[in-house]
Amino acid sequence: MSNATIILKGRGIVEGVAEGEALVTSETISGWGGIDSMTGTVVETRHELVGQSFKDKVLVFPGAKGSSGWSAAFHTARLAGTAPKAVIFNQMTTKVALGVVVMRTPTVTELDQDPLDVIETGDWVKVDGDAGTVEITKAAARE
Amino acid sequence: MKLNADEQAMLDGDGAPGAEARQKAMNLLVRYGEALGAEKLVATNNVAGTAGSSSTFIRDYYAKDGDGERDRLFSRFDLDSDEATDHIPVARTFTCHLQTRIDPDHAEMMGTPSGAVEFHQEGQAHSASLGVQLLNTCTPYANGNVPVRGEHCAWMESSAVVYCNSVLGARTNTEGRESTAAAMMTGKIPYWGFHLPENRLGQHRIQVEVEMDSVMDWGMLGYFTGEAVEEEIPVLTGIEAPASLIRHKHFGAAAASSGGVEMYHVAGLTPEADTEDRAFGPNKPIQDLKYGPTERRRTYETINASGHSDDVDYIMLGCPHYTIEQIWEAARLLDGKRISTNTALWIFTARQVKDVSDRNGYTKTIEEAGGVILTDTCSAMSAAVPKGTRVAATDSAKQTHYLPAITGVEAWFGSTQDCVEAAITGKWKGEAP
Repeated sequence: MSNATIILKGRGIVEGVAEGEALVTSETISGWGGIDSMTGTVVETRHELVGQSFKDKVLVFPGAKGSSGWSAAFHTARLAGTAPKAVIFNQMTTKVALGVVVMRTPTVTELDQDPLDVIETGDWVKVDGDAGTVEITKAAARE
Repeated sequence: MKLNADEQAMLDGDGAPGAEARQKAMNLLVRYGEALGAEKLVATNNVAGTAGSSSTFIRDYYAKDGDGERDRLFSRFDLDSDEATDHIPVARTFTCHLQTRIDPDHAEMMGTPSGAVEFHQEGQAHSASLGVQLLNTCTPYANGNVPVRGEHCAWMESSAVVYCNSVLGARTNTEGRESTAAAMMTGKIPYWGFHLPENRLGQHRIQVEVEMDSVMDWGMLGYFTGEAVEEEIPVLTGIEAPASLIRHKHFGAAAASSGGVEMYHVAGLTPEADTEDRAFGPNKPIQDLKYGPTERRRTYETINASGHSDDVDYIMLGCPHYTIEQIWEAARLLDGKRISTNTALWIFTARQVKDVSDRNGYTKTIEEAGGVILTDTCSAMSAAVPKGTRVAATDSAKQTHYLPAITGVEAWFGSTQDCVEAAITGKWKGEAP
C-alpha cells in the first residue's frame, strides 16, 4: 500500500482534513455563471467538465476565472450541500482564495509537484489543510 | 499577517457600537489575507460590492437558525460568521452597490416572482440604511464613482475591476461579495496582487495587426486576449488612436470573461503604459502573440459557437450597462422604425443613465419602436430572457459567453447595428469580419 501512495507537500490555506475521489481538470473554473451552486455542477458550455458534479469530490484544478461572483457561488454551494470535500489548486488569485475561505473546505496549494500531473480523476486523495499535505492513492492501486 | 493597532483593535473587539460586526469582518479579512499570503492590509475608502443583496435561498437557509433578519443575514453570509450579530453599523467607507438581480420596474416582464421583488426592496432599503450608495450598475466608473490613479479600492464585478486598474490606474483586486462586505465594515483590504506596483507590469505582448474601429472589434480583441493570457497581464501594441470609454468597457468585460484579465496595458495609451518599456518594466514577455485577421476570424467563430438558428427571438443590449452615448446610438438606429413582432429588444443601463435617456426623449423613441429600457440588472444576472426565447443576439462578447450557460439559449454576437437590424427583421444577418 505504502509504495502506491504519493505525498505532495504545499501550503494549507483552509484548515481541516478530508478525503475523497478526485475530480481533475486542466481548465480554470468560473464560479458565477460557470457552476450551478444548487447541484454542484459545471455549466460553462465549453468547459471540459460541463455537466459533471464536484459534490463530495476532491476538486483539483489550475485556478479560478471569470466573474467576481466566484466566492458567492461556491459559498452558496456550501449552503446547498454541494461543495467539494476538499480543494487543490495551483494559481493563487483573490477569487479562489476568498472562495475556498468561505466554502470552508480543507484546501492546499503551492504543492512541490504539479497536482495536475500527479492526480487523475478517480484517484483517492486525502487533503490535510493543517499540515499542507496531499496524499494520493492512484486509482489503479485501489483496484 | 501583520496588523496595525487600528486593525488589531477591530479584531479584538473594543465594545463600541458595531464592534462585533467589525470584529467578524476583520476575522474574515485575516483568514482571507493569510490564504492569499498577504503581509498586511491596506486602507481603502472606495468599495463596490453587493452588500445585502441576498437571494431568497440564502435567507431561507439562515432563517432555519433564526437568522433570517437582515443584520443577522449580513453577519452570517456576507461576513461569513458562524454567529449572527443584531447590529451591523453604517459603512466606514464610501461604498456603492453594483448591479442587482432584479429590475423592480420590470419584474413582471422579467418573470421575477413577487416575493423576490419584495425581499429585494427590503434588501435595498437595508443597504441604504448602512450608507451604501445604490448605483445598481456594473459600470460605477461611468456613474459617479471614478477612482483616481493610485487609489486603493475594493471592487467586485470583473468588468469594473479591469477598467479600474487598466483605464483609471487605480488599484483593486477582483474582490468578492464577502471581502467587499468586510472592507465596507473596516475600511481595509489585503495588500496583495494589484495593490503592489510590481504586480501591475505587463507579462504578455499582443501585437494588434487589424484596424480597431468599433465596439465589436474591441469585444473580439478582448475575448481573444482573455483566452490567450488567462488571468495574466497583456500589453497591446500597434494601437495608435485612444479607445473611448465604451470600447475599453467592452474589451475589458470580454477579457475578464473568456479569461480572468484584471489588468491590461495599451502601449502609449493607458496610464501605466506611457511606453511599451514602461508597461513591461523588467519583465520579458512570456508570450509574443499576434492578433491579425486569422485570429480575429477564429475569435468571432468561438464567440458565436452556440449560434445556429437565424430566427432571433431576443436582442439584448447593455452588457456592461449601456452609457448614455450608446443609448443615444440605439435611439438613432431605431428612430421611426418598428421591431419585428417575433423579437423583443431589452436595453440595460444604470438608473441615472435612464433618467437622462428619459429627459432626452431616447426612451420614448426606443419604446415607440417596441424596445424597452431596463435598469439595475441584466439578463445574465437575473437569468431572465423574454418568455419563449430560444435564440438571442447581443453586441457584448461577455453576455454571449454567459447567456447560453445561464439560460440555455443560443446566442449570437455582432455589432450594435447587426443587433438592431435583427430586432427589426427578426433575422440574424451578422457576418464574420
